[in-house]
Amino acid sequence: MEKGKGVMGAGRRWAVDFSDNSTAPSSRDIPDPPGFTRASVDQDDSAVSRQKKDAEANWKAQKAWEVAQAPFKNLLMMGFMMWMAGSTVHLFSIGITFSALWQPISALQGVGKVFEPYKDNKVDLLGPKLLFIALNLGGLALGVWKLNTLGLLPTHASDWVSSLSPAQEVEYSGGGIPL
Amino acid sequence: MAIRSFFLFILFFSSSLSPVFSLYEDQVGLMDWHQQYIGKVKQAVFSSQRAGRKRVVVSTEENVIASLDLRHGEIFWRHLLGADDVIDGIDIGLGKYVITLSSGGSILRSWNLPDGQMVWESSLQGPKHSKSFLLVPTNLKFDKDNVLVVFSNGRLHAISCIDGEVLWKKDFEAESFEVQQVILPPGSDLIHVVGFAALSQFEMYQINAKNGELLKHESASFSSGFSGQVSLVSTETVVALDSTGSILLTISFQDGKISSQQTPISNLVEDSLGPAVIIPSSVSGIFAIKTDAVTIFIRVIGKGNLEVVEKTTHEIAVSDALSISEDQQAFALIQHASSEIHLTVKLAHDWDGNLLKESVKMDRQRGLVHKVFINNYIRTDRSYGFRVLIVMEDHSLLLLQQGEIVWSREDGLASIIDVTTSELPVERDGVSVAKVEHNLFEWLKGHMLKLKGTLMLASPEDMAAIQSMRLKSSEKSKMTRDHNGFRKLLIVLTRAGKLFALHTGDGRIVWSYLLRSLHKSEACQSPIGLNLYQWQVPHHHAMDENPSVLVVSRCGPSSDTSGVLSFVDTYTGKELSSLSLDHAVVQVIPLPYTDSTEQRLHLLIDADKHAHLYPKTSGALSIFKREFSNIYWYSVEDQNGIIKGHALKCKCTGEVADEFCFDTRDLWSVVFPSESEKTIATVTRKLNEVVHTQAKVVADQDVMYKYISRNLLFVATVAPKGSGEIGSVTPEESWLVAYLIDTVTGRILHRVTHHGSQGPVHAVFSENWVVYHYFNLRAHRYEMSVIEIYDQSRADNKDVWKLVLGKHNLTSPISLFSRPEVITKSQSYFFTHSLKAIAVTSTAKGITSKQLLLGTIGDQVLALDKRFLDPRRTVNPTQLEKEEGIIPLTESLPIIPQSYVTHALRVEGLRGIITVPAKLESTTLVFAHGVDLFFTQLAPSRTYDSLTEDFSYALLLITIVALVAAIFVTWRLSERKELQEKWR
Repeated sequence: MEKGKGVMGAGRRWAVDFSDNSTAPSSRDIPDPPGFTRASVDQDDSAVSRQKKDAEANWKAQKAWEVAQAPFKNLLMMGFMMWMAGSTVHLFSIGITFSALWQPISALQGVGKVFEPYKDNKVDLLGPKLLFIALNLGGLALGVWKLNTLGLLPTHASDWVSSLSPAQEVEYSGGGIPL
Repeated sequence: MAIRSFFLFILFFSSSLSPVFSLYEDQVGLMDWHQQYIGKVKQAVFSSQRAGRKRVVVSTEENVIASLDLRHGEIFWRHLLGADDVIDGIDIGLGKYVITLSSGGSILRSWNLPDGQMVWESSLQGPKHSKSFLLVPTNLKFDKDNVLVVFSNGRLHAISCIDGEVLWKKDFEAESFEVQQVILPPGSDLIHVVGFAALSQFEMYQINAKNGELLKHESASFSSGFSGQVSLVSTETVVALDSTGSILLTISFQDGKISSQQTPISNLVEDSLGPAVIIPSSVSGIFAIKTDAVTIFIRVIGKGNLEVVEKTTHEIAVSDALSISEDQQAFALIQHASSEIHLTVKLAHDWDGNLLKESVKMDRQRGLVHKVFINNYIRTDRSYGFRVLIVMEDHSLLLLQQGEIVWSREDGLASIIDVTTSELPVERDGVSVAKVEHNLFEWLKGHMLKLKGTLMLASPEDMAAIQSMRLKSSEKSKMTRDHNGFRKLLIVLTRAGKLFALHTGDGRIVWSYLLRSLHKSEACQSPIGLNLYQWQVPHHHAMDENPSVLVVSRCGPSSDTSGVLSFVDTYTGKELSSLSLDHAVVQVIPLPYTDSTEQRLHLLIDADKHAHLYPKTSGALSIFKREFSNIYWYSVEDQNGIIKGHALKCKCTGEVADEFCFDTRDLWSVVFPSESEKTIATVTRKLNEVVHTQAKVVADQDVMYKYISRNLLFVATVAPKGSGEIGSVTPEESWLVAYLIDTVTGRILHRVTHHGSQGPVHAVFSENWVVYHYFNLRAHRYEMSVIEIYDQSRADNKDVWKLVLGKHNLTSPISLFSRPEVITKSQSYFFTHSLKAIAVTSTAKGITSKQLLLGTIGDQVLALDKRFLDPRRTVNPTQLEKEEGIIPLTESLPIIPQSYVTHALRVEGLRGIITVPAKLESTTLVFAHGVDLFFTQLAPSRTYDSLTEDFSYALLLITIVALVAAIFVTWRLSERKELQEKWR
């Protein structure tokens, strides 16, 4: 649009601005060329802008989906890292596990922000958001699973009874060999 | 919870990497102390060596022979003979050999006086048991060889002093002959053996000392008979008492002819006295008789004329005679007078004149003088000076010289009966309890030295100074409680009836108290202390009260004599009160309840199986009434092989009716067949043991529930044939049966037989396991077995959700009358040492892993991880089991030299090991006692909850300072850079 205007302003004798959607011919010093009906242009014009908007929306939607799918790569990498870390408890494996837990959680906290740029009333962000959330939850699950394989989750009975004090006995008995 | 298990896992892991508990050389003495004692002195012989350090050789009731420095009372050398090797006599031969006669006169040994090396040992056999005498004549020679004369086991021996060879021997086989004295008249070659035969016959044998030939045998009969000992008043005269104890018989056998004279005691003393006994003494011309109240000294004049020289009602002790010149003998007399003792030294022939008369202030807590030994020295002005060694009622040994106590030894601590502990007072503001540092200069110097040490600039002398500073740190010997609970009082009861409070920091005696209730009295003839119990431990309530202990004692050796209770304040060492009971004390059962002043309830069972409740207060009674139906007791009659369970029934009926007395009824009994089993050991859990958890997490996260019960009794029985010494039976006729018995219901939970095994059994019971030590006759080795007992009825509590929501009944109170389903796991291992004692570490919360403390036959204490005695050990443990810390199964238990708790020291005559939890969970205090005392701190899983002694605080400080400096520097740099950036 800007370009068109620039061209018009730079010494050209005439130019037809197809996108000009003013309906009054009186505003111009040059009459419309024959066969040109402004009405049809009018209609055409709106179609163009819609197209443009559609393209943008498409682009936004596409981007949103891309963003939503981004954790997947992350997930794969995390999986690889975890595989590398092994299943024994040491600093490296604990670090990886906690980052694997932390990343999805922080991502989930910022779901709104991540999709902010793609906000559009024409773009349906629910799908990408759901995917994003699902993938992050998958990452979280992976982290939790790792935590479990490391044996740090209280999923066994032993984790709940390991500090259970002995039951009290009702009866008491003492004695022994006579002094 | 998961985190905790994770940390515990780390803990196990780290401890599995380094299972060795050990000590660096410079840490010796930091937390441990060791004290050497010898026991109550029976006989003392002064070394008459002119040159060298003055010393005295003593034999004691703990079967110790020791050479002590006469100047300071330190031990030069010491030997502990076996428990059944009782010393009968000691003497010094040739001025350089210590001769000892022991084991009822059957072993004669010679030791080198300067260093205590054994020179020779002779075994003396004889036809029959008899009194034994050891005589070392100075002038009797036999082929240039000095001769020892020993009468033992009915046989007279002459033995070479050089090599212990028997030169000649002479039997006294007459059936009823009982030897009373063996006399060596100085300057002759004769030996007189006098004794009684057939109760009323006096016999005298004259023997040639050169060859043992019998020269003469005379006898005379006395219709009135004899009682007790005879006293030698000269080389040819003895004095004896007749069987009624009222007539004195003066018997002389000059030139081989027996003549006698009878003198009724009533002739000598006007007022009638009870039956008398002769006090053995060797002072010539004088003897003493003692009745209940009076001690009488009698002089023998000429041939059998008696004359009373002194009569005293004071407690008196007489020494043996000491010849100070050719014809002069001196002896010492000690008399008591309130807070003083009077020492007099007299010449034997001159009663009225005193060579020496001194008064010495004496601590009342030492009681009466029991024995006196006299020694002389020559003063610079060539006159005689005397020193006496006295043995007191509390078994302490003191040297008196010139009216002063030169040194004293607390040898009562060599015979500890029972031990308990007490907390120290809480530190309060304004109460300065310990002198911290003497002055600023000292303080600065100390810190400079320490700094030098940490910067490795210290010279060897400085290092020594630092070490001594560490050892004498005032911090550990303060008289107040500390945060870690390392400082406590060890309250010990000794056989002498004295209570000592020892500080755990440095082992010093804080106070001592000779129990008044253990003094002999009209009502209580021969009181003996039995046990110590914690009576009052102020905890939550009654914080202002001092803690106190209960001493239970009895008026005689038999179990039906009446008991005495004493309550002693552990801060001050004063007796709060004492109770003479009108009933016997057969058992004392501390109950798990305390009254409003934190006094623990105790149930005393008397000989008629009545239960008496103490303290006798209404508060205690109401608490007791509430738990009345839940209190049971059991008795082990090891003679009959019966274990009986009893319950309380109702208030006493009959003559002992009293609100606090209860009748009991028999509930159950376990009878072991007497022809095949004999009870030799019973063990229960310690009452104050704390168990952290009832669950045991095994590999693959599985749970096993421990069967934890306070009312379990471990009983070991052996075949009656096999109850003797090891090796006295063949493996086929010997077996050992171990039982686990519930003492409330009498249910036998487990029974296992070890064929071909034999006692003695040493066992320890803790949590849900018992470890016992015995001899395996087939393998010719000692064995240790472990039994762990698990509760199968709880095993299906595995639903995580139920556990998360707390919908389980694992912690609800259980009754033992509900039938338990238990499974046991056990395993046996060979072990090299034979044991004297066994104990287990105990910690405040019971989280820390346990170590067994084994008192070995070498009188050391060995720490052995409980993990070595885990019945789940297998030859090839899986990866998971390895991670859990299971050690691959080996045939025998390892003995790691670094895990000797006593490191290089020995606790001679080790009898018991006591463990006390400190407040710090990782640490336990260990006290081992025998003739020696040893105390140390142990951390079975290392000190995971505190920084170790060798932690480098300097490094930490330097790191922090360096970091702070770095932060400042980089901050300034970054500021400057930012500024420059802005100006650009």
